[in-house]
Amino acid sequence: MERRIVYMDYNATTPLHPLVRDAMAADLGVFANASSMHEAGRAAKARVDAARAEVAKLAGVPNPDEIVFTSGGSESNNTVFATMFHLGRKGGRRKIVTTAIEHPCVINAASWLRDEGFPVVFLPVDASGRVDMEAAEREIDGDTLLVSVMSANNEIGTMEDVPALCRMAKAKGALFHTDATQSAGKVPVEAAAWGVDYLTLSAHKIYGPKGVGALYVRKGAPIEPLIRGGHQEHGHRAGTYNNIGILGFGLAARLALEDLEGRAARIRVMRNRLRDGIVERVPDVRVNGHATEVLPNTLNVSFPGAEGEAILLYLDLEGVQVSTGSACASGSLEPSHVLLATGVGPELAHGSIRFSLGSLTTGEDVDYVLEVLPPIIKRLRRMSTVSVA
Amino acid sequence: MDAMQWLYSDIVLDHFKNPRNVYDPDEKFAYDAEGTVGNVKCGDQMMFMLKIGEDDVIRDVRWRTYGCASAIASTSMLSAVTKGLHIREAYNLKPEDIATRLGGLPDNKIHCSVLGDKALRAAIDEWLEKTGRAGLYRNEGATVICTCLNITDRDIETAVREGARNWEQLQERTKIGTVCGGCKVKGEALLHEYVHIFGEE
Repeated sequence: MERRIVYMDYNATTPLHPLVRDAMAADLGVFANASSMHEAGRAAKARVDAARAEVAKLAGVPNPDEIVFTSGGSESNNTVFATMFHLGRKGGRRKIVTTAIEHPCVINAASWLRDEGFPVVFLPVDASGRVDMEAAEREIDGDTLLVSVMSANNEIGTMEDVPALCRMAKAKGALFHTDATQSAGKVPVEAAAWGVDYLTLSAHKIYGPKGVGALYVRKGAPIEPLIRGGHQEHGHRAGTYNNIGILGFGLAARLALEDLEGRAARIRVMRNRLRDGIVERVPDVRVNGHATEVLPNTLNVSFPGAEGEAILLYLDLEGVQVSTGSACASGSLEPSHVLLATGVGPELAHGSIRFSLGSLTTGEDVDYVLEVLPPIIKRLRRMSTVSVA
Repeated sequence: MDAMQWLYSDIVLDHFKNPRNVYDPDEKFAYDAEGTVGNVKCGDQMMFMLKIGEDDVIRDVRWRTYGCASAIASTSMLSAVTKGLHIREAYNLKPEDIATRLGGLPDNKIHCSVLGDKALRAAIDEWLEKTGRAGLYRNEGATVICTCLNITDRDIETAVREGARNWEQLQERTKIGTVCGGCKVKGEALLHEYVHIFGEE
């Protein structure tokens, strides 16, 4: 088969949707400050507000005023944790309950609060990556200030029961945040129906531009700005509007909701074919994550006996672009904290590969990966010190 | 692929694509000495096999690894360099020399290239032990870490191989850093490295 470039790293980032690119390019001349009162400023502001309405729909909330634009998912998450810092310092509730498999920005923001003296609990997950609900019941108590649980995991794709966890938090009077960065555009996101106080979104995971994200803040929920300055975003987030980025985000959000189910179904069929093909053609593999409660595009597989970075780079030579949970690829000695939390053990975590499919993935791409992958694993296993049955 | 697009140098790429002297399970390579270091739990493990003449010259080598691209490429290069060397020369090869021959490695990948070097030395140590010369080269080419007590990197390595797992245990065995304490940062970094390479669970 002829060499081709196969991008299967959509959970890392997505290409700009061509319509988003065109719309942004067409607006490059719109330079007015969206906070200016004159005609040009008002025109720029109108585009920001139109985008806000689209992003509100993506978040599943009726009121666009509850959307705060940020520079991305990490800023949105950090804004929530910084708010907790300010609330906790005033006395009262201080306990933070989150999970062991959050994105590093939540793990590190929570660890910062722990270092500042806040009680912080990282809830365990089961072998499929689902939060241990008994532990959640036990830990979410009358002292809990915030519960933060991601809607879906970026590495293994496992989706969490956000509505149930949110009900638990609400029953104890705690605030609830979910990082929906990976869910948005892949599965329905329903911030209002779930009842969450905060929800994080990112544009570049949904075929929008990098450098733009949003935080849904339920009306009445406390919010402290991470970035102080002007009056933008009702004082919740200062800084001149990134109007072209926001315009792109708005259009990407609208496109993400068009035929969401149909696109997800098409991608799910290819993901399942890739999964079944790997299991059939490569002996002794382990599919990580939940069998059914999983994002339609994500497949995480461990290949015992083969090291992840080496697999990734041999695939890269064949034009296949994926990511790995191996420590060697991250520059640290610890492999994926997500896989370790699911109890797979370091050997399997070091040998894990994440394939994440997207809108440009084709059946030929899947065929190509199924052709080039098995010889790579075979070759690495033959040179390995670890023997595989 | 264009070398500019590759993560590492084109020499690394070549050795990664076509590793030299890699062990082939079908070959039934008969070796005189073998050394294995590292741990799969820590993400990398290396095994070096040597065929050695009565004159202590390395006739042939094979290696196998559970390791990343840098480990594969640097061990491939090391194996090519090793063939034909006297065991004493091979013992004193420095990982930095291998990295230089590879056209350099990123800083965070130097560690990966050390593994092959340690496995080679473990194999030579086994050969020396088999031939009644245990520990013959152990203190050659060592770098002094603790200048107060003249304790070297090789002393730290030996202590870790004999069971030291933390700074206190290392001090019990070597007395390192018990005078001025100025070597602690460097000593702990080496300790960490050696525990990673030699420390099994």
